[in-house]
Amino acid sequence: MSVSSIIVSCAPRTLQKLPNITVMNDPVLEVRSLTKRFGSFIAVDSLNFELYPGEILGLLGVNGAGKTTAMSMVLGLITPDSGSIRAFGMDMPARRTQILRRINFCSAYTALPSNLLVWQNLDVFAGLYGVRNKKQRISELLEMFEITSLKNMLTGHLSSGETARVNFCKALLNQPDVLLMDEPTASLDPDIADKVRRIIRQVQQERGMAVLYTSHNMRDVEAVCDRVIFMHKGRILYQGTPTEVAERNSERSLEQLFIRVARSGDVECIPSVTDKDKKETS
Amino acid sequence: MNYEAVLALVRRYVFLYTRSKIRLVELIFWPIVDLMVWGYLTVYLQQQGTGGLPRFITFLIGAMILWDVLFRAQQGVALSFLEDVWTRNVINVFVAPVRTVEYVVATYLVGCLRIALTFSVLSLLALTMYEFSIFSLGIALAPFFANLLLFGWALGMISTALIVRWGPAAESLAWAVPFIIQPFAAVFYPVDVLPPLLQVLARWLPCTHIFEGMRSVLAGHPMPLDNLLWAIGLNASWLAIAGWTFVHMLKVARLRGFLNKFVVA
Ligand SMILES: Nc1ncnc2c1ncn2[C@@H]1O[C@H](COP(=O)(O)OP(=O)(O)OP(=O)(O)O)[C@@H](O)[C@H]1O
Ligand SMILES: [Mg+2]
Repeated sequence: MSVSSIIVSCAPRTLQKLPNITVMNDPVLEVRSLTKRFGSFIAVDSLNFELYPGEILGLLGVNGAGKTTAMSMVLGLITPDSGSIRAFGMDMPARRTQILRRINFCSAYTALPSNLLVWQNLDVFAGLYGVRNKKQRISELLEMFEITSLKNMLTGHLSSGETARVNFCKALLNQPDVLLMDEPTASLDPDIADKVRRIIRQVQQERGMAVLYTSHNMRDVEAVCDRVIFMHKGRILYQGTPTEVAERNSERSLEQLFIRVARSGDVECIPSVTDKDKKETS
Repeated sequence: MNYEAVLALVRRYVFLYTRSKIRLVELIFWPIVDLMVWGYLTVYLQQQGTGGLPRFITFLIGAMILWDVLFRAQQGVALSFLEDVWTRNVINVFVAPVRTVEYVVATYLVGCLRIALTFSVLSLLALTMYEFSIFSLGIALAPFFANLLLFGWALGMISTALIVRWGPAAESLAWAVPFIIQPFAAVFYPVDVLPPLLQVLARWLPCTHIFEGMRSVLAGHPMPLDNLLWAIGLNASWLAIAGWTFVHMLKVARLRGFLNKFVVA
């Protein structure tokens, strides 16, 4: 049995619980008809989705599908051309700071200032997020990601995997209700990637944190995501649980489906699935 | 305003400057070099001028120190943002619950800290090397200083706006902004020296009125109120324009997706 299949079979699944969650709770994030053009190019095209408390939602798609752009709009880094984003019942960007207090973000492609020590960086961001008991929270997180020994290291001297773990600490500082992760595990070795997935799962289960997750590692996605949205050319091509999406398209795995979509550039995008359609499918 | 966020942003620079000694050196190295060049030049001119140019030394060194206040204020603001660009940290800061005004106030405070250090070192050195005390400006020093700070901040915000809009490519522009205005700002010479057209331009800069005022005070005249009022009025307009430019460029950057671009810069 391969390591990845162990991960897949061991990963705690909340898929079965998902319909209950959707019925009982309001979404923490609601995206409606979100559209972004760069010049004449449409990067995100009438995107609709919602994220429920305690849910891990994967955004998949080939390079340039619009995943990062969509995430950046949720974070207020990019202003949409049209459509709406509501988080915790509040409008983005009208209530930007209130929303951002309850969200956090990490990516393999951003870094904390390389010229500060690890603890100094975490201390600064703890201040930015208004974290109480900063010291204790920072120690807890460092311990959780097994990097207590790196506390006094210069951030720029860390390996990329260590940097990624410090980024995770920063992302969990404010105990976010929604965590957005853009290819967070890209630089992690399989062992650490597995640990990180477990931690994310654990926090998600203990605190009902919702996660929006992009990754090009389909096994990662299958192991961690309750539901996936497969984007193509800015639109939703498929959505459902990872197994559903693969099976519905007669593929053995998401990876097979991904490769098929990537190689057939002319796939007709289906219109975004509406709430009504989704209830029917679930 | 969330003071905790402002303090966190300021703390970052305190960490940086206390950890990295070379950064501290950078803060005083060029000002000291400037002070020596201008100082000894004026000493030489005084020796040649058979005592006919006694005020030169005070004019030039005074101008040099006050110019540095303006320059440091501008740099304090522009560098705070550049530091985020250089360290790929822009996104982390912009997805944190920090309001634009908090970010700007923090960069101002960082500017103040930088200036406090350079100004103390320069005043002390000027006193020991050339027996020039910047405090001979008396009570006028405070409003002069304050107005140069304000104008420096306005220029800093404009520089940052350029970087937000045009990315790290505009970095060198950010360094150049103070020097673009220096020839018109009558820093080292009276505004009358300029051709009439440039004089008009010069009078739109708040710092011109400050440097004119400084020369007047050093020449033994009372503090020129009209200069001061002009400087205050112009500063208010410049700050308003700079603030608007910064907010507008941020808006443009968000519309065109430039803030993400800093990731790969
Ligand atoms: N600021 C911008 N200006 C112009 N085009 C942009 C900008 N940002 C993104 N794009 C374009 O929009 C499309 C979607 O980009 P995006 O970064 O969202 O893709 P992605 O799905 O995250 O891809 P990847 O998997 O490679 O990270 C790409 O074709 C990209 O070139
Ligand atoms: Mg991306």
